[in-house]
Amino acid sequence: MLDIAKVRAQFPILKREVNGKPLVYFDNAATSQKPQVVIDAIVDYYSNYNANIHRGVHALSQEATDVYEAARENVRAFFNIPLAKQTLFTSGNTHSINAVASGAHVFVKEGDEVIVSAVEHHSNIVPWQMLCERVGAHLKVIPVLDNGTLDMDAYQQLLNDKTAFVVVNHVSNALGVTNPVAEIIKRAHAVNALVLIDGAQSCGHMKVDVQALDADFYTMSGHKMCGPTGIGILYGKEHLLNELPPYQGGGEMIDQVSFEKTTYAGLPHKFEAGTPNICGGIALGAAVDYLNEVGMDNIAAYEHELLVYGTEQLKKIDGITIYGDVPDKAAVISFNVSSIHPYDIGTIVDKLGIAVRTGHHCAQPVMTRFNIPGTVRASFAFYNTKEEIDVMVQAMQRAVMMLS
Amino acid sequence: MAQIQEIQEEIVDEFNLFDDWMQRYEYMIDLGKSLPVIDEQYKTDDRIIKGCQSKVWVHAELAGDKVQFTADSDAIITKGIIAILIRAWSGQRPQDIIEANTDFIDEIGLKEHLSPTRANGLVSMIKQLKMYALAFQSQIN
Repeated sequence: MLDIAKVRAQFPILKREVNGKPLVYFDNAATSQKPQVVIDAIVDYYSNYNANIHRGVHALSQEATDVYEAARENVRAFFNIPLAKQTLFTSGNTHSINAVASGAHVFVKEGDEVIVSAVEHHSNIVPWQMLCERVGAHLKVIPVLDNGTLDMDAYQQLLNDKTAFVVVNHVSNALGVTNPVAEIIKRAHAVNALVLIDGAQSCGHMKVDVQALDADFYTMSGHKMCGPTGIGILYGKEHLLNELPPYQGGGEMIDQVSFEKTTYAGLPHKFEAGTPNICGGIALGAAVDYLNEVGMDNIAAYEHELLVYGTEQLKKIDGITIYGDVPDKAAVISFNVSSIHPYDIGTIVDKLGIAVRTGHHCAQPVMTRFNIPGTVRASFAFYNTKEEIDVMVQAMQRAVMMLS
Repeated sequence: MAQIQEIQEEIVDEFNLFDDWMQRYEYMIDLGKSLPVIDEQYKTDDRIIKGCQSKVWVHAELAGDKVQFTADSDAIITKGIIAILIRAWSGQRPQDIIEANTDFIDEIGLKEHLSPTRANGLVSMIKQLKMYALAFQSQIN
């Protein structure tokens, strides 16, 4: 069980006011707030052992390297990644996806097919479109059903011996629906296709075990799991990461450099050109420690409770439509009220101290599918409360009254 | 027709009658209802102002030496904002629109909408209205 008062006390930002009202932060799908231990880790690094890593023989460099690599080990264990060298630090989820897509011509050939789903974030569509254009492959789309779940029959129909890659998010950022990724992976593997799972919305909200899923690649974002911005993770199966060409050239990623021929370093350095986000990696390690301490099972159970309560309460608003109202989902509620523009609602509730997201959530095809300009999206985290949900519902009702 | 400056001051005075943001917003929503609505034939994609989370269409015509604006939006707060701008700037000479300042938006308590990152794109609207005025001004010259 979570001690919510204790948890909330660890997040300094939750004490602030917005527009004269206590902040109600329900934009966790965009970024999570940071506990004091993560903020302290950042300050501690710059105050006490800031140095470039992996190269220096001096004490500070050694110390920074040790803490950075310990953070990698933390993250590895958190997602049950087999080896630290398969736990690649990137600048974020988008970088992770692009690192795979940009080199995926070694896996995807002319005439092959790449399958994406209709509920992807733009960052898991565009890199694959670019890949397809580059190699002459075809992009296929798994349609989404009216309830926000993927059409698994249509997916089965799309799979064939030309399918080279399947890319799907674990949880949809626009709707919050959890996709049956284990099944998606199993079916893709049956036709020898590789699978990348975009875990931007799952990491930090549920236990993720990349080996149990049998994902070929799995991408995560640090700032959505209580870590800082500018740090993310790319997991890949070892033989695939060995096959994948490096994303960027530079320092750290090399073995030997001459003007005739450069050989690359082994994993993970092959994918970590240049001075990395040392502080970000270290702080992400602290975030993982923190999440472990709170307990991912506790977090998932409590956030589900918030989801159920929030859904129940929001349904009391006349004219509300919730998109993706299915049992298997993360604590994200995406909705509209009658024909009121989501932007109008977002503007009014902001004046009441409530941070929700409005718009297309970088998933325009989803909005086109449901024929709406966008939605209001309330996304919860384990430091939110039912009382905050009550405040939001009241604010929504006030907004609807003003806007109808 | 009164000068832009006078109309803007008039709008500021009206908004000053209200003491909280809710009443101001309600008034702005009301003003949106009086917006000279754009003819359906002009509600085309090329007239959509970019940078708005909601859709905003603006059409401009030169009548004599004055610019007439019509507009619409699918969000009513945005419609209110554009209505305020158009009330001050429609029926004015292009040169006066080009030179008009927008401090009054701040004075009526809508300062937050002036941030360039704000999703309603008020800054884009202002720029677009001034672009129309500029185009008409070069026609006149």
